[in-house]
Amino acid sequence: MAEELVYKKPRLLTDKDFHFCPGCSHGTIHKVIAEVIDQMGMENSSIGITPVGCSVLAYNYIDIDWVQAAHGRACAVATGIKRLNPSKLVFTYQGDGDLAAIGTGETIHAANRGDNIVVIYVNNAVYGMTGGQMAPTTLLGMKTVTTPNGRDAKLHGYPFKVGEMISQLEGVCYFTRQSVHTAAGVRRARKALRRAFELSMEGRGLSFVEFVGTCSSGWKMSAVEANKWLDENMLPFYPLSAE
Amino acid sequence: MSDIRLMKGNEAVAHAAVRCGCDGYFGYPITPQSEVLETLMELRPWESTGMVVLQAESEIGAINMIYGAACTGKMVMTSSSSPGISLMGEGFSYIAGAELPCVVVNVARGGPGLGTIQPGQSDYFLATKAGGHGDFNMIVLAPNSVQEMYNFVFDAFELAFKYRNPVMILSDGVIGQMMERVELSEPLPRRTDGQIVEQMRSWAVTGKPVGAQRNIVTSVQLDPIVQENVNHRLQAKYKVIREKEVRYEAIGCEDADHILVAYGCSARISHKAMELARDAGHKVGLFRPVTLFPFPYEQLDSVCKRAKGFLSVELSAGQMIEDVRLAVGCRARVEHFGRMGGVIHSPNEVWQALQEKLLNR
Ligand SMILES: Cc1ncc(C[n+]2csc(CCOP(=O)(O)OP(=O)(O)O)c2C)c(N)n1
Ligand code: SF4
Repeated sequence: MAEELVYKKPRLLTDKDFHFCPGCSHGTIHKVIAEVIDQMGMENSSIGITPVGCSVLAYNYIDIDWVQAAHGRACAVATGIKRLNPSKLVFTYQGDGDLAAIGTGETIHAANRGDNIVVIYVNNAVYGMTGGQMAPTTLLGMKTVTTPNGRDAKLHGYPFKVGEMISQLEGVCYFTRQSVHTAAGVRRARKALRRAFELSMEGRGLSFVEFVGTCSSGWKMSAVEANKWLDENMLPFYPLSAE
Repeated sequence: MSDIRLMKGNEAVAHAAVRCGCDGYFGYPITPQSEVLETLMELRPWESTGMVVLQAESEIGAINMIYGAACTGKMVMTSSSSPGISLMGEGFSYIAGAELPCVVVNVARGGPGLGTIQPGQSDYFLATKAGGHGDFNMIVLAPNSVQEMYNFVFDAFELAFKYRNPVMILSDGVIGQMMERVELSEPLPRRTDGQIVEQMRSWAVTGKPVGAQRNIVTSVQLDPIVQENVNHRLQAKYKVIREKEVRYEAIGCEDADHILVAYGCSARISHKAMELARDAGHKVGLFRPVTLFPFPYEQLDSVCKRAKGFLSVELSAGQMIEDVRLAVGCRARVEHFGRMGGVIHSPNEVWQALQEKLLNR
């Protein structure tokens, strides 16, 4: 009986084992990026910027040129690269601590200047790498190691919809919010990312691709529980974009 | 035909950037160095050489744009003044850790805090010892004229690429703001993208050729043994820099009993003070470190071998004096003189201090 090939590792994913926790969204998002760059034939003209956060080592997994940036500064780094190398596809990959807390200024100004970069933003509502502390995106009432009784708006302010805010800026050509916790979500995410890369290469401005993701360790859940929690709690507050 | 003009030190930096083939400048306004960005915007080099000039949202933005652009093998520079330079510290550390070439101009002012917009030399420690976290060094050049502001941009880029290391031009508000005659050199062409790939592909991110090895510019090594090896490599590089790149100027030092040690604007002022001392019959010399890292320790000691007293003249509470002490040890008396807070000492004040602290003791 002939075997039917139903899954193949994307060509641009390296053989290195992911260091991510089981049930983490980062690995799936990496895979989507690798697939889209390969599909578009952009292997030799892509430069990615990794953040400080759990995805700091993305350069070990996707086989393109990479730069590792200081915490929060990826958009400024991307601006420097893109302005001097306009023919390259330049994208950042950033968590919500990196982008929406320490790096808010750099992000907003790159967006407002309309720099032709793609920002891939992974919102998992916590600081994964440092052990699950509150992020600006942490939902009200959500327990983290720095909000042991749940996030209280009086004390910590409100969850930050940075994507909606960024999308208001003139320099932004595309804002989309995706998730990869279902197969259909992965398919939509691939299309959205491709659109963002294309717009960027057309010089249309900054594209902002948000992924609502899981942090199973930070949330202290199994992979299955985390996906369910994402569906029931994250998506009502951070609704996905229509296709 | 030579191109001789009258201009400010800051303007000379901007002209040098365009003429040395620089690919990009990113900066943020701050007195007393804003003329660098302003002059570049007036020169519009993107229309002539193709050089990119961008006003960043902050010094943090600027230094990280520099970091990114430097990763691609391009010649990039920024400039700022003391408070802005403090903000860039994290970036310096990343740039040094990732071994990237870049040029940073600090037209220093008095501090601490917001301090004053008037000149200062109190960033010596920052520039030479503690630019940011971790064991790293920037190469530091200290110009004392508008011509050197111009020339050192060329020298700084050469050193930056030779050692893949950040180079700081540590100037001050006097040298940045004063106008002098300066001879501009013939413009050098920018490197083409093809030349950059050819010369820099071993480390630069230029887009990975299909099937080739990818390049990663990073300063993170989670395995401590690997990180220690990075540190050893950096230290070995700094050792070569210490051995090969020391620059200084010695005026009347060989036969001098007393030496004024000064860089930047204090060297200019001290030169006049030296003349006052010589007119009064004292054998006084001027030793000017041109590289502050590497500091001319051995040269200061050997060139000034007869001297029994050294006065470190700086617009600070006494920072370079620590290196002067390291250079001459206990064999001679080492004193400091300097005004602070943006007040500039006069040649006469330096001459007075020399008498009080050394000659009349
Ligand atoms: C200047 C600086 N401050 C703090 C840290 C510590 N730190 C490392 S990762 C991180 C947060 C990462 O969280 P996030 O961006 O949400 O990414 P995730 O790990 O969840 O993917 C912090 C605060 C650092 N490395 N540098
Ligand atoms: S800590 Fe969270 S974000 Fe980090 S790898 Fe684990 S699950 Fe993913």
